[in-house]
Amino acid sequence: MASREEILAALRGAAVPAQPLPAEPPAAAVRYPDPVARLADAVRAVGGGMVRTPSAAELAREVAALAGRVHATRIVSEVPEAGGGTLRLTEVADPHDLEGVQLAVLPGAFAVAETGAVWLPTAAFRHRGVFVIAEHLALVVRADAIVNDMHEAYARLRFDGPGFGVFIDGPSKTADIEQALVIGAHGPRSCTVFVVG
Amino acid sequence: MTSPGHAVPAARFAANEERAHWHDGALWLVRQKRDRMAGELPEWEELRERAARIKAHTCSRLAEYLEAFEREATSRGAKVHWARDADEHNRIVHGILAERGITRLVKSKSMLTEECHLNPYLIARGIEVVDTDLGERIVQLAGEPPSHIVLPAIHKKKEEIGELFHRTIGTEAGASDPTYLTGAARIHLREKFLAAQAGLTGVNFAVAETGGVVVCTNEGNADMGTSFPPVHIACMGVEKLVPRLEDLSVFIRLLARSATGQPITTYTSHFHGPMAGGELHVVIVDNGRSRLLADEAFRGALACIRCGACMNTCPVFRRSGGHSYGWTIPGPIGSVLAPGRDPAAHYSLPFASSLCGSCDDVCPVKIPLHDHLLERRRQLVAAPARGLLGKRFTMRVARMVLGSRALYELGGRVARLFLRHGPRWLLYGPWNVWGRQRELPPAPVRTFRDAWRTRGTGHG
Amino acid sequence: MKVALFIPCYVDQFYPAVGLATARVLERFGCQVVFPEEQTCCGQPMANAGFAGEAEPLARRFLDVFRGYEAIVCPSGSCTSMVRNHYHGLVGGDPRYPAVRAATYELCEFLIDVLKIGRVQGRFPKRVGLHQSCHGLRELRLGSGSERNVAAFNKVGLLLQSLEGLQLVSLTRPDECCGFGGTFAVNEEAISCLMGRDRIADHVRAGAEVVTGTDVSCLMHLEGLARRSKTPLAFRHVAEILAEAMGASAAREERP
Repeated sequence: MASREEILAALRGAAVPAQPLPAEPPAAAVRYPDPVARLADAVRAVGGGMVRTPSAAELAREVAALAGRVHATRIVSEVPEAGGGTLRLTEVADPHDLEGVQLAVLPGAFAVAETGAVWLPTAAFRHRGVFVIAEHLALVVRADAIVNDMHEAYARLRFDGPGFGVFIDGPSKTADIEQALVIGAHGPRSCTVFVVG
Repeated sequence: MTSPGHAVPAARFAANEERAHWHDGALWLVRQKRDRMAGELPEWEELRERAARIKAHTCSRLAEYLEAFEREATSRGAKVHWARDADEHNRIVHGILAERGITRLVKSKSMLTEECHLNPYLIARGIEVVDTDLGERIVQLAGEPPSHIVLPAIHKKKEEIGELFHRTIGTEAGASDPTYLTGAARIHLREKFLAAQAGLTGVNFAVAETGGVVVCTNEGNADMGTSFPPVHIACMGVEKLVPRLEDLSVFIRLLARSATGQPITTYTSHFHGPMAGGELHVVIVDNGRSRLLADEAFRGALACIRCGACMNTCPVFRRSGGHSYGWTIPGPIGSVLAPGRDPAAHYSLPFASSLCGSCDDVCPVKIPLHDHLLERRRQLVAAPARGLLGKRFTMRVARMVLGSRALYELGGRVARLFLRHGPRWLLYGPWNVWGRQRELPPAPVRTFRDAWRTRGTGHG
Repeated sequence: MKVALFIPCYVDQFYPAVGLATARVLERFGCQVVFPEEQTCCGQPMANAGFAGEAEPLARRFLDVFRGYEAIVCPSGSCTSMVRNHYHGLVGGDPRYPAVRAATYELCEFLIDVLKIGRVQGRFPKRVGLHQSCHGLRELRLGSGSERNVAAFNKVGLLLQSLEGLQLVSLTRPDECCGFGGTFAVNEEAISCLMGRDRIADHVRAGAEVVTGTDVSCLMHLEGLARRSKTPLAFRHVAEILAEAMGASAAREERP
């Protein structure tokens, strides 16, 4: 552990004068009068889609319609109200076998109107990588679980133990070739946010 | 190892004016996208100020926060390693792989690992290393370093990438459509992701309060690389810490807006401990950062969140390209950091700037880049370095002349006489660098002070 | 109000008309203008090149020459910024520095902030491209700049636009650096000139007849490029435009 001690000693030895952490909370950002509408704009601006479904029955119908549009026959669903999938994660021993999953329907904890991002904690299901290996992604959030901005978002997060969570903002993308935007780099080619209620 | 200095490769880059304008235009567009994002947040300037203060605070208690990070990360099942320098970093990473018999590694973007030259180290020891960020993969296949820390292949035209992919991954000859090429890369890299035995990522932010590491990508390559192989190695510089989870909100709101003009990257992944049945190794690296922290003049540069906004706004970077800087990190921030590591090799970088100050105003953490560049210049000229001896003599003479009114007036008169009466072939000879592409200024007979003296009474 | 003229060395030697125009404009607005003859150079070329040791005696000389004046006005953003923002490292401990610093102004900011002149009565019926020199813009904050999200303002533009007939053209990059940068102009000649040519192209495309700004150094670099390429643009310092518009310039002093 010599390196650890040496590094820490060197950092302490730098004798940096004390600087306070900003005490007041961040300046109040915009409070959206219609967070759902703002979320829709934000999601669409990043190449995602948004569908509002007042009820669980409608949700199931819309998800099925999405599956039909993308010709998905291998479907993982961790959202029972959205309909069962064709493949249960609990029955997949090796996450590599998820290659070829065409649609993953996953439960978002909440969405952020400012950015269009959905927070996806993965503790509730096996194989966290399903969100990135699937060809198409559907994220389901409740309409009353939309926060205004990232400050409100982080106020809701806790990591008391081990775990993984990810903010997902639209489909996978890249502009690494002459700044031309291409959707579907390594992850899902589409991302649809279903807002229920 | 000495680099040739910035001016020569820059001139070569700029000589192909069409291409230089193309490169300049591409990066200016990214700058404009950043402007649009900044304009949409009324609190933008407050956010920058807040981010600057959080970083300054963190740096003032860095050892303490690192210990807290290690404690929290370890309690969640991560293994934390410490590397004093690049060499130790490489040995640690290699050690983790070798102990487990791992020979296939996928990597997402990490400028730290570029700085440590990790790839050649591992490759020489029989590890297959695949960079999975599309831009990084392009330059890896081309055998070049990245030319920009966020847009590694910004210097490459799609035809060149098409030709490269045709040679290396079998795309159709002559094909250059970005969608087609990206699709081919998707298939090629998907194979690598699924065959990988370990995934290595950088760390955009590490949280002391919870022991977590945060990785931001648009492609999802960090997640592909770490959700399928059982081993995740995350490499971070000591300065990547933020104190609390809530502090992340400030940086996440600033990072993608500053880097690419997006409100947030597609994936902002928060890793706390390994996944079930897996391992998470966090390698904390010093490699000169503690020395920088101890340097009062430049410790502000540790706030850098590697967004690249300074590069996008820099009129010199846009017209000379990242490779002209001869170091892992180019542009304004690179020109501040590099001379700290090797003043002899990088003496030219702080002078590769017109000191326009635009970088200061786009930096999301308000690093005073302009002042740092000036201070680098002061320190470089104070120490005898090659290329500057002639300059010091000229400056001394200039100061002596300008320090005396009589000498100044005489010197001015002589210079103007020469400019007015010297033959063109002499005036615009090879000694006259100014005159290569510009006419010299006019040389009036009477100066301002001559005119003022004869102006009339009652003044002065 | 008594104003001491701070005329940059290169203005004194190569662009005297700019200094004379500055004096005339100030006199037209009621100032008593004096020119302390002992002034030479503020030391910026040395300081920017990193030679603080060579700049320091010149900074001290500046304090010798200009102490005691309540207003020191300079037709250059970069020289003004040198005194206001970069002298602290050279002569910060000198007891004369705070007062001199507080008294030093660039011409346009002096007109607007001290003399409270919001508009200038005069005619200048030309299409004018404003080059916002970097030091004036980002160090003196003569304008809000394109990078920051702050309320928009432009002191130089305000004065110019108040002139009858003057049309400020719309540039694609309103505040990109021209590439002069002091010794940069010579050390990185290729990039410096490419940057300058791009600025000129922007002004030409925008339809400018006259390119103006607060810093003759930038204009000298741009004019040098324009003349070499025979681009038909006229270059005038803001002081010259204001003086001409106000009918305050003597014909003999005007430049071709």
